Amino acid sequence: MEQLSTTTTTTRFQLLNISRYFNKLPRLPFIIWLCSTFLLIVAIVTLFGPLLMPYSYEQIDLLARLAPPVLLEGANPEHLLGTDKLGRDTLSRLIVATRTSAALALLGTIFGAILGIVLGFVAAHHRGATDEVISTLIDFQAAMPYFIIALAILAFMGNSMVVFLTLMGLYGWEKYARITRGLVLSAKEHGYALAQKALGAPPGRTYLRHIFPNILSPLIVQMTINLPETILFETSLSFLGLGIRPPMTSLGQMIGEGRDYLVSAWWLAVVPGSVIFLTTLSVSIVGDAIRSRLDPALQD
Amino acid sequence: MFRFSIIKILRAIITMWLVMTFVFVVLRATGDPVEQLLPDDAEPAVLDFYRKQWGLDQPLHIQYIRYLQALSQGDFGISFKNNLPALELIVERIPKTAILGGAATLLGLLFGIPLGIIAAVRKNTWFDRLVMSFAVFGFSMPNFFLGILLIILFSLNLRWLPSSGSDTIWHLIMPVITLGTAFGASIARYTRSSMIDVLNKPYMLTAASKGAARQRRTYLHALPNAALPLVTIIGLKMGEILGGAVVTETVFAWPGLGRLLVVSVATRDLAVVQCILMLIALTMVMANLAVDIIYGCLDPRINVRSSKSRN
Repeated sequence: MEQLSTTTTTTRFQLLNISRYFNKLPRLPFIIWLCSTFLLIVAIVTLFGPLLMPYSYEQIDLLARLAPPVLLEGANPEHLLGTDKLGRDTLSRLIVATRTSAALALLGTIFGAILGIVLGFVAAHHRGATDEVISTLIDFQAAMPYFIIALAILAFMGNSMVVFLTLMGLYGWEKYARITRGLVLSAKEHGYALAQKALGAPPGRTYLRHIFPNILSPLIVQMTINLPETILFETSLSFLGLGIRPPMTSLGQMIGEGRDYLVSAWWLAVVPGSVIFLTTLSVSIVGDAIRSRLDPALQD
Repeated sequence: MFRFSIIKILRAIITMWLVMTFVFVVLRATGDPVEQLLPDDAEPAVLDFYRKQWGLDQPLHIQYIRYLQALSQGDFGISFKNNLPALELIVERIPKTAILGGAATLLGLLFGIPLGIIAAVRKNTWFDRLVMSFAVFGFSMPNFFLGILLIILFSLNLRWLPSSGSDTIWHLIMPVITLGTAFGASIARYTRSSMIDVLNKPYMLTAASKGAARQRRTYLHALPNAALPLVTIIGLKMGEILGGAVVTETVFAWPGLGRLLVVSVATRDLAVVQCILMLIALTMVMANLAVDIIYGCLDPRINVRSSKSRN
């Protein structure tokens, strides 16, 4: 019993001990600072985008078509990042696109995580037939290339915002479900969970208050892996013209449009492409750092 | 081993059946399949004709059995874009995608495995860090953006390589790099971690203490053991190669299955989409089956019991 109580107190909420992380902040490597700063900028743009936009992202100015960004020859100083085929301001469009892509990726990741975690808990709690069904679904989703399934569903059901959002949300749920199921199954046999059960706690309370905080670290690690993948998923679909479509815009959609102007206006594809690349790169690098902090054994 | 293979084959068949059922359900859940499968401007008489011909006036369970029968006989319906059987259109495109996907897989393995091995052996040196940076670069880079950068550099500025088409070997270079980079990056990363895992095993210490040379230890003792998890990863990554091919073929106007899929999705040519989906499901099922059986042959410890107790 002595042993039981120590496990509970040391592992519970260990993760939420934020001050421990703040103390370590100044010793982070330069690259982590750089990536965090970039992500902070993306977050600010996502939150306050409309306040930062010099023009409306739909404002057409046919007299200023395909202007290059400043620092390049023939630039129009009124448009920092130049203009597109309809003379729309690239910077304003970039802000809106970053907003859309970041919001979609975050929503998609969070929704997939919630769905997967809940199903993982359900499978581990009920075992038996429920577990078999959920596990078969997990195996099925893991075996099929989701990108192609998503394309097929867009064809069958038509490309509407609801279908697209659902597809984003379903992306990657099976990974959370698999991890959660395995962890909950083993956690249920741990002393602290058995003790809760013996003391008469209802299963919901044991899962939510005791097991969930204990298995949170690997799930957060999975989210840091899943987020860049979700960004690439959304931008790829939008690039193909099958995700976010005009008049709305996303980073992938901007590249898809810019692709037709590689000869005359290469920056139209390169600018949004760099934003995607730097975002996924930063999330991966910062995620790696979080991962090694949360679980040193995962480092290799 | 025999029982093991039988169970794996059964599971593969069940997966295929799930995919077919999934398409059947999705098509019917979203409304009348005839209205979806035929162009929007089709006349009511035409709709009725196909409704009869496809047996859509029959009860659902009979429709379902007929549907499975048709699929198992290779009847996937007619593409309305050019009135050809969907299967015929697709078979034509298979070689192009197979060449692209095969070459990209080969490129990824040829670079990824040696880089991963050397990085593991020289863990925490500059070389290791370089390989790991390349790995992070590889899977942070969206393949459509990599393709566009390659086109800007090699086609538009240097004028070394053609930016679209598939006529010569020169056309293959940029698409293969675009598709193979992310795959190579993840193979390098998995090889490295798998090798590091094995290099820390007690039997590696035994090999060293009995005086086996470093090369011998790395390639004869460690590599075969590290290869096991790699086989699984390569099987799982085939899906990513196929998904990546869709985007890569679009960027380079490569006339393969992926390009056909995107065009068919955009025009809602459902017979073609359905056929490609089946083909890809079959490819994935076969790849997983091959991986399972190779794995079973490589590692006699794996039997049905251990594959049952997933965790």
